[in-house]
Amino acid sequence: MAENTIETSAEKPYQEALRAYEARLAAIGSEEMVINMGPQHPSTHGVLRLQLITDGEIVKEVIPHLGYLHRCFEKHAESMNYGKTIPFTDRMDYLASMNNSHAFVMGVERMLGIDGQIPKRIEYIRVLVCELNRIASHLIAIGTYGIDIGAFTPFMWCFRDREHIMNMLEWASGSRMLYNYIWVGGLFYDLPVGFEERCAEFITYFKPKLIELDELLTTNQIFISRTANIGILPSDVAINYGCSGPMLRASGIKWDLRRVDGYSVYPEIEFEIPVGKGEAGTTGDCWDRYKVRVDEIRESVKIIEQCLERLSGPLKRTPEFDPRALVPKKVNLKPQDYYVRAENPKGELGFYFVTQEKTDIPKRVKARGPSFNNLSVLPELAKGVLIADLIAILGSIDIVLGEVDR
Amino acid sequence: MENSEAGSLSNMESFGKIRTLLINRFGESVIVAEAQDGLQPALFITPEQLTEVCRFLRDHEATYFDFLSCISAVDDGIVAGTFTVVYHLASIPYKQQLTLKVRIANDRHPDHLPALPSVSSVWRTADWHEREAFDLMGIFFENHPDLRRILLPDDWEGYPLRKDYQEAETYHGIAIK
Repeated sequence: MAENTIETSAEKPYQEALRAYEARLAAIGSEEMVINMGPQHPSTHGVLRLQLITDGEIVKEVIPHLGYLHRCFEKHAESMNYGKTIPFTDRMDYLASMNNSHAFVMGVERMLGIDGQIPKRIEYIRVLVCELNRIASHLIAIGTYGIDIGAFTPFMWCFRDREHIMNMLEWASGSRMLYNYIWVGGLFYDLPVGFEERCAEFITYFKPKLIELDELLTTNQIFISRTANIGILPSDVAINYGCSGPMLRASGIKWDLRRVDGYSVYPEIEFEIPVGKGEAGTTGDCWDRYKVRVDEIRESVKIIEQCLERLSGPLKRTPEFDPRALVPKKVNLKPQDYYVRAENPKGELGFYFVTQEKTDIPKRVKARGPSFNNLSVLPELAKGVLIADLIAILGSIDIVLGEVDR
Repeated sequence: MENSEAGSLSNMESFGKIRTLLINRFGESVIVAEAQDGLQPALFITPEQLTEVCRFLRDHEATYFDFLSCISAVDDGIVAGTFTVVYHLASIPYKQQLTLKVRIANDRHPDHLPALPSVSSVWRTADWHEREAFDLMGIFFENHPDLRRILLPDDWEGYPLRKDYQEAETYHGIAIK
C-alpha cells in the first residue's frame, strides 16, 4: 500500500499537498483520534464532511472536505446564454434564490447599460421579494441553529412562519423555492393582484411572532451558555478570511453592501445595519452571529413595509404596465469583464463575468459564494474547542452547501 | 452614503493614485498593462512581484485593501495560449474596489501547469480560492500551504473549466457519459 502511494506520486506531478495530507493522517499520535463528521449528518447543514483530529474531547484540527454538491455551475454558465443561467443561480443558495438571481441580473444589466432605466415598480418588487427571501433564509438559520443547540420549538416556529413566505413567493412566481422570477431587464410577471395586501397582512401577523421568538431563544439561559463566548471571531481575522454578511457584522464591522454600494433602490429606503456588540459575551461570538440575524429580520420587515407603502401608493399597478418591456431578446454585449457584488442573506455574493464577441454566451462566469468564504474560517475558529462547541460554531456560520460547492 | 455613479467616479480617481503609488514603490516594470476602457479598470501585474504588490496594497495607509473578494481564473482560449488570474480587492475603510490581473502564457501540457505565487499569506481568503482555481482551471500556486483539489475528488483527471477539457469516459470503471 505504502509502495503504491510512492509510485503514483512519482508518476504524477502536483500531488505534493495530497501526499502531505495523507502523511498527516497516517502520522497521528496515539493520543489523537480522527473522527469523521458528515457528509450525511443534520448538524453539518447539508453534505459537508469534516475530518476532526481530536485529543479526547478537544478538537485539534478540522479538515473540511467539500464538493459533494458540486453541480458545475460555472461550466453550465459557459454553455448557455445569460437568461438561461438564472435558474442555475437559484440553485446555488437555494434558501435565498431571489437574492441570487437579483445579483446575477444586476451584473448583466450593468454590462448592457440598462441598469438606470429599470422602472421603479420593478426595482421595488425586486427589493420586496429579496427581503422576503432574506427573512425566510434567516428564519432557517435561526431555527436550525436552535436544533443544533438542542432547542426544538424555535425550529417549528421558524418553519411555520417561513411557510407563509414560501406560499407568497409561490403565488408570485409559481415555484416554492427556486423562482426564476427576476429576469434581465424586468420580471417574469408582475405581482399577482392582491399580493401587496396579503403581504401587509403577513407583516402584521409576523411582528408579534418575532417578539415571541426573540423571547424564546435570545435570552434563554441554556442558549446563552452554549453560544456566548464560544467561537469568537475577531474582526481582523474575519476580514482576512473574506467573511462577509452577518458573520462580519457580528464581529463589529458595519459593512453592508446594500449601503456601501447602494444598489437598486436601497438608497431610498431607511434601515439600520445591526452589528455585534458582545451583549451576552464577547463581540464576534456565536451568540452575536445569531443576534445579528434576528436584528436583520427586523430591519427587513421595515424595508418590506416601505416597499409595500410605495407599491400600493405612488407605484401602484396599472393595466398597461409590462414587467417584461425591457427584457432583451438577445443579450448582445461587447467583450468586457465585470464583477458584480450584492448583499445576500449569507454575505457578499459576487459574479465575475467575462463576455465574448458576437454571442450571448459568456466566456467565463465565476461565482463568489459567501458561504464558501465564511466556511473557510472554520478550521481557524475550531482550533482547541470541544466537539460539542464545534457544532455550535458551524451552525452559527449558517452555510448552504449548494453555494459552497456550486 | 454614496450612489453607484459617484462611487465609480471616485474609483477612477483612486485608480490613478494607486497606479502612481505602485510605480513609485516597485518601478515602472511592475505594471505590465492597463485596462481602462471597461466598467472596472484593471492593472496587469508582473507575476514575480504579485505577492509583494498585494501585501503593499493591503498595508499601505492610502489603500488598505484588506478584503479579497474573489480570485477568478480565466482561460483566454486555445488560440491565445494564456491564462488570466483576476483578483478583486476591496478596501473596507475606504469603500474602494480594485481589480488586479496576472496573465501567464502556457502550453497546456498537463505536466507544466501555469504557475503563480500564492497570495494566501496576504489574505487567507486566497487559500480556498486558489485551491478552486487549481482544481477547476489547473493553475499552480507556489508556496500555497495546502494545494489539494477542493471541489472535485482528489483522483480526478484534468481541469474541467479549461476550454480544451475532454470529459473522461469512465470514472473508477463506471461509465459516466
